[in-house]
Amino acid sequence: MRRYDSIIIGAGHNGLICASYLARSGQKVLVLESSESLGGLASSGEFYPGFKTSIAHTVNHFSQKIANDLDLASHGFNSKSGSLPIVGLSIDGNHLVLKGNELSGVAPEDSQAYGTYLDSMQRFADMLKPFWLKTVPRIGSNRLPELLSFASLGLNLRLLGKDAMREFLRVFSLPMRDLMDENFDNDILKAMLSWDGLIGSKLAPRSPNNSVLALLYRMSGGQDDAHQVTTEGVRGLIAALHSSAAAAGVEVRSGTSVHRIHVGENDAGLVATGVHLKDSEQIDADNIVSSADPQSTFLNLVGVEHLEIEFTNRIRRLRCDGYVAKLHLALDDLPKFSGLTRPDGRMIIAPNLDAIEFAYDDAKYGDFSQQPVMEIVIPSLQDKSLAPDGQHVLSANIMYVPYNLKKGWDKKAREDLCKLVIDVIERYAPDIRSHILYEEVLTPLDLEQIYGVTGGHWHHTEFALDQLFMMRPTFGAAQYSTPISGLYLCGAGCHPGGGLMGGPGHNAAREILR
Amino acid sequence: MTNNSEAFSGERLKQSHFHPRLAELNIRDSWSSWNGYKFANYYYDAEYEYFCVRNTCATYDICPMQKYVIKGVDAEAMLNRMITRDISKMRQNRVTYVVWCTDEGRMVDDGTIFKLASDEFMLTCGSPCSAWLEKSAFGFGDVSITDKSDEIAALALQGPTSCTVLRKMGFTEIETTKPFNIKHFPFHGDTLMISRTGFTGDLGYELWVKPELAIDLWDELYAAGANYGIHPFGETATNMARIEAGFIMPGFEFNEALKTVHFEHDQTPFELNLGWLVDFKKKHFNGRSALLQEQKKGPKYTLTKLDIEGSKPAEGAYVYSNKRCSREIGYVTSAMWSPSVKANIALAMIKTEHLSGELWTEIYYEKELRQYSKVARCTIKDKPFWTPARARLTPPLEN
Ligand SMILES: Cc1cc2nc3c(=O)[nH]c(=O)nc-3n(C[C@H](O)[C@H](O)[C@H](O)COP(=O)(O)OP(=O)(O)OC[C@H]3O[C@@H](n4cnc5c(N)ncnc54)[C@H](O)[C@@H]3O)c2cc1C
Repeated sequence: MRRYDSIIIGAGHNGLICASYLARSGQKVLVLESSESLGGLASSGEFYPGFKTSIAHTVNHFSQKIANDLDLASHGFNSKSGSLPIVGLSIDGNHLVLKGNELSGVAPEDSQAYGTYLDSMQRFADMLKPFWLKTVPRIGSNRLPELLSFASLGLNLRLLGKDAMREFLRVFSLPMRDLMDENFDNDILKAMLSWDGLIGSKLAPRSPNNSVLALLYRMSGGQDDAHQVTTEGVRGLIAALHSSAAAAGVEVRSGTSVHRIHVGENDAGLVATGVHLKDSEQIDADNIVSSADPQSTFLNLVGVEHLEIEFTNRIRRLRCDGYVAKLHLALDDLPKFSGLTRPDGRMIIAPNLDAIEFAYDDAKYGDFSQQPVMEIVIPSLQDKSLAPDGQHVLSANIMYVPYNLKKGWDKKAREDLCKLVIDVIERYAPDIRSHILYEEVLTPLDLEQIYGVTGGHWHHTEFALDQLFMMRPTFGAAQYSTPISGLYLCGAGCHPGGGLMGGPGHNAAREILR
Repeated sequence: MTNNSEAFSGERLKQSHFHPRLAELNIRDSWSSWNGYKFANYYYDAEYEYFCVRNTCATYDICPMQKYVIKGVDAEAMLNRMITRDISKMRQNRVTYVVWCTDEGRMVDDGTIFKLASDEFMLTCGSPCSAWLEKSAFGFGDVSITDKSDEIAALALQGPTSCTVLRKMGFTEIETTKPFNIKHFPFHGDTLMISRTGFTGDLGYELWVKPELAIDLWDELYAAGANYGIHPFGETATNMARIEAGFIMPGFEFNEALKTVHFEHDQTPFELNLGWLVDFKKKHFNGRSALLQEQKKGPKYTLTKLDIEGSKPAEGAYVYSNKRCSREIGYVTSAMWSPSVKANIALAMIKTEHLSGELWTEIYYEKELRQYSKVARCTIKDKPFWTPARARLTPPLEN
């Protein structure tokens, strides 16, 4: 039997990135993926004959460093094409459009304020940017390289200058609402600009904690690569990652689920030495690297009998309930959005910050809102392969749909949600219903079941201050290594977090190769 | 005034299932509390009670002790991952002494596990630990944990005449019960469980019955024991007996790790000389890798039994490596003049590296309101100070 240096569990983008780095350094690497297709939450699949879509529907802060390191351009990924305008939909058809740095549809005061706002936010985002690709040191660590990453963050902060540094420290944990209110007047603008700080987290505009930090994380791609669907779409990114990994010698087995991680013992304690597949086949390797979420990795694959009690308790208490549902529509023609010549932007339906807050309030208590807020993309406008000629796919992220629905997720609840969401879209695109060939709604519970991600959570586990940096997912497993030697984490549940960014996979490989 | 007493009435101490008899016998009204129960320091005189334990027999109310029943197919695996000892080879109707640790290998508590059936155990310990048990059970399929602390009446009967008294009560063949064994006897249409266990280092038993039968048990026991010097003993006498036996006590030898604030103000089993309870050959258990490291580098301190010159108890004293008392190497955790051993004994935490050298202690004592101090040489004892043969023999020798 072939022995591997590393086995990667899961072929999401982070698993593939980690595998590529390891293989490029000379390791023999095997990637095992339960699903038939690669990409995890970014994989593409047919949801209706001839119509394809992916869960993550746009790429915005994918790391340019990783794209360069893994030579993704020569594998077909063009990180600089197809950037989408953000459109704040208005019920009266006077939409707000943000294209690059050009903001239209708002009063000159807001337009001007936006310039100033963007300047300072982009400076903060750039300042943080290197940090996302570093390992955050353990508290009490005295390893120089680890300490230097703190030092460099401190230095970047200092280089901002005193005023900007103070402003950063004031702003980064501010509730999103305060940041918006102090900068802008226009309700739709405030809601639209808040969106990227909120989506995927259990946070609303008035929540303290770190929605501004989440926004800065998403702005780390820089101004020129705003949200985009390239001509090959999200599908193209995953295909390029796969192709780059294969070129580096990575072996990928899809349709192969890891049942358990094999844990043995040596003089120092426990060691992961291999994996058991569903059919009980065992494959051995020196490193087992899991891109599955932390709860599922530790509680299902490792098993509590191999873990310490307090550590287990911290893993169990991770907040993993997802709050984003997806709607996919197969359309026989392009719908007409009143007031828009072409629905080729990332369209946000959230009339004001209260609308977002109220939708969140419902979700907090286990219900979904009767006035859901959402982000809509028609990716088939860029990626023609997603639908038959002339036909289209609509993909929507619906915010604040609770994983734990109080009345339970049954067929009726799904149908209600689906109808509600289409009702809302219909207000902006009156002809939408006449074009629908098929509709699919995926709740966080569905996402958990289909993609094997606990809670169907966007970031695998909540992106919030208590679970960030040297606490992500929790101390004892926050530097990609775990209490079990030879076992590593490389998925969105690690620093820096989720989204198609690649940081966890990149950083984990560096720690494994240390 | 009435308002006030109503306001705090919920804070009144609970009464043990034996309380009516305990109260009657507590002629000094010297009460303290244990886990919310009214609990006697002593009933008549601590020394007298101590001598009953050593020379006749005496009862100790263990209703306030925590008792958890852990049941289910995975109960054994769950407990084995929590404690440091291996219970996988334990037979039914046996009791074993165990400790459990935090992830860092610091001691949470000690206690005993009773194996009642292949899938049923009872854990007893000094402090409530349901939160820890719940955390420990998470992820194990079939385990249920029930806090039975208030639902079992338990009484320790300790001392050389204890076996005879139980036989008098009609529990024939009790003398065939080996140390740490359990036997069940029919009692008033129900069952009385008797284990040969205790906290005095002497011959003794613990009796477990449902609360409704507590008073019957007491009365029959005291009737049978009338000619055998039976008497209740409280906390003070217990403490004397357990020091002679070399048993550790929370608040003296160790701090429960979940309650300490300062770094390393708690202890590892190795420091407490309980390395024999840590079984690295069994599967993973909590604190294992930390304890492996500790075993490799050796514990910083070691709990040591000391025989000290003179007769003044070395309570709260420091231990030094020289007679001038200029180099401090440890501290006394418990100390007493032992009437049975006729020696000035103590338990002390001493820096392991100094165990082979000279040991001195400076003892402070008071005489008619005047403070005195004296320096005394200490000698290390390897065996418990008090280990009568009757405590180990089956049938026990009786006098
Ligand atoms: C509804 C929704 C919409 C989103 N939209 C966007 C978006 O538009 N843009 C964006 O940037 N981000 C988006 N995200 C976030 C983004 O998709 C994820 O954060 C990211 O894909 C996580 O990548 P990953 O590689 O860490 O993990 P995953 O993509 O979750 O990959 C983990 C892989 O491990 C596999 N696996 C798990 N267990 C096993 C096992 N036992 N054996 C074998 N394989 C196993 C899974 O099948 C999966 O393929 C969205 C998330 C959600 C939930």
